[in-house]
Amino acid sequence: MATTTTAEPTRRDFLYIATGSVAAVGAAAALWPLIDQMNPSSAVLALASIEIDLTPIQVGQSVTFKFRGHPLFVRRRSPAEIATAKAVPVSELIDPIARNLNLPDDAPATDANRETHPEWLVVSGVCTHLGCTPTAYEGDFGGWLCHCHGSQYDVAGRVRKGPAPQNLEIPVYSFLSPTRVKVG
Amino acid sequence: MSGPSTYVPETGFTRWLDQRLPILRFSHDTMLTFPTPRNLNFWYAFGAILTFCLGVQIVTGIVLAMHFDPSATVGAVPGSSAAFDSVESIMRDVNYGWLLRYVHANGASMFFLAVYVHMFRGLYYGSYKAPREILWILGVIIYLLMVMTAFMGYVLPWGQMSFWAATVITNLFSSLDQVTGGLKVGSHIATWLWGDFAVGGPTLNRFFSLHYLLPFIIAAVVGLHIWALHVPGNNNPLGIDVKGPQDTVPFHPYYTAKDAFYVGLFAILFAVLVFFAPDFVGNPDNYIPANPLVTPADIVPEWYLLPFYAMLRSIPQKLIGVLVLGGAIVTLAFIPWLDTSKVRSNRFRPLMKQFFWLFVLDCLVLGYCGSQGVDAAVVGIPLVWVARLGTAYYYGFFWVLMPLIGLIETPRPLPDSIAKSVLGAAHAPAE
Repeated sequence: MATTTTAEPTRRDFLYIATGSVAAVGAAAALWPLIDQMNPSSAVLALASIEIDLTPIQVGQSVTFKFRGHPLFVRRRSPAEIATAKAVPVSELIDPIARNLNLPDDAPATDANRETHPEWLVVSGVCTHLGCTPTAYEGDFGGWLCHCHGSQYDVAGRVRKGPAPQNLEIPVYSFLSPTRVKVG
Repeated sequence: MSGPSTYVPETGFTRWLDQRLPILRFSHDTMLTFPTPRNLNFWYAFGAILTFCLGVQIVTGIVLAMHFDPSATVGAVPGSSAAFDSVESIMRDVNYGWLLRYVHANGASMFFLAVYVHMFRGLYYGSYKAPREILWILGVIIYLLMVMTAFMGYVLPWGQMSFWAATVITNLFSSLDQVTGGLKVGSHIATWLWGDFAVGGPTLNRFFSLHYLLPFIIAAVVGLHIWALHVPGNNNPLGIDVKGPQDTVPFHPYYTAKDAFYVGLFAILFAVLVFFAPDFVGNPDNYIPANPLVTPADIVPEWYLLPFYAMLRSIPQKLIGVLVLGGAIVTLAFIPWLDTSKVRSNRFRPLMKQFFWLFVLDCLVLGYCGSQGVDAAVVGIPLVWVARLGTAYYYGFFWVLMPLIGLIETPRPLPDSIAKSVLGAAHAPAE
């Protein structure tokens, strides 16, 4: 009997697998803190919101604020700019989604879906290509031109020329009064 | 190839040591008597030159770390940071700090200059072909580690170019969002790399930690690279195998002396750069403290990454652009199997030789395109189209021409042996 080999798993096989499994789970558990320590810390996660006084901003002016470490553009659009932005059909856009955190994820990128009040555009200043800050009043669409890789945005912050894949993001914001806006 | 050891311990101590840790035997066999092809030319000195470069970077780097403050907290004047200030303090206050930093910063450029010569030399003489595939792949890994190390080092002074280079390169990962849908895997990787919602203080801290670590990883892979070199031995300009002792000379004193001579010449060029044009390869914008709200108008990487930058910029689609950029380096690892020719050296490959030099030119043209503005044009031709053509040739050279030419080309006849080729058939020692 002792010389015949059996295909049946033995108690020893079970112990091998069980020991190995415990070691694997233990190694993964030890690895996770080493990986997760690189994620934003609690202090960073304590999100801040900012309040912006709109009174000093002139018609046609684009002002840059700092919001959660990133630039934020607040642009007071002229009637001509608003008219140009509203005239663009969504079918002509590279990114047809509004990218407005105040609206549903699938809202179309009409100009109306890019603002709360037509005169005021509140938009992230982070190029959706590789994160540079685009320059205002440049490019062929009256909005912004990103000097890093040549992406262009219109006066509604919508991408009109690649390589950027998406419209500039619109953060959560609300008007506290006609001249005061809270972002975040 | 190295054969049985010829080491004979001569003292009582070395005999005792040799039976316990044969480190002297190993050094003797690998650095002194190692049989090396007798026909290695100038271009084979770059291995030694690169070892010199790595040594210079590690020594100056360790010293600079004693004076550098990897902190993005506000510095002495508004807008600057502790990191930026400490680099300025190295330049102005630390004894010989200006020299150490200029050697370290220009040392990176000299390192890349040497590695590109080394890589083109390997390409020209077919040094990647069997049995040296692993040797070549280890070289590609070293090159990749060098790029990572140089990039993280560039971030440390926390100037405008530092900050925006860090932003653009880490954002390369966000392109993965385009294939992972709502999961936004790419953005999560970017956030994980930053430790924040943008490049910031935590990013600087970790880049410093890794910038200090990676050179030692490079040194370890260099050890493997040299190990892999010492199994089949050196390739040579003829690309034919060593047939016997008449084809080789001992590494010492022949190549120790030859390498030392060329390291000396290289050091002169290095010194010219450091002492007469220390900011020649740098970008003046990096002497402006990092400003997260304003991207410099003309953002360009260091010269040694310009060809890859030109490829990225020439593709109008984000994910594809990033894949083309990464693929350009990954492609190098496949060369040993893409080249179908039985002949190693381009000296005997009349057709391949022409496409090789066209490839060298292509890399230079791509580099030029990368150095120019987004909308630049030369004699009316938009450079973005030149870069597209250049990118197509880069990929075409490796994935189409290399396999194809190996099949259709008739190579010139190879010499019988290294000794006959070098000494002439009449003077060659009997085989």
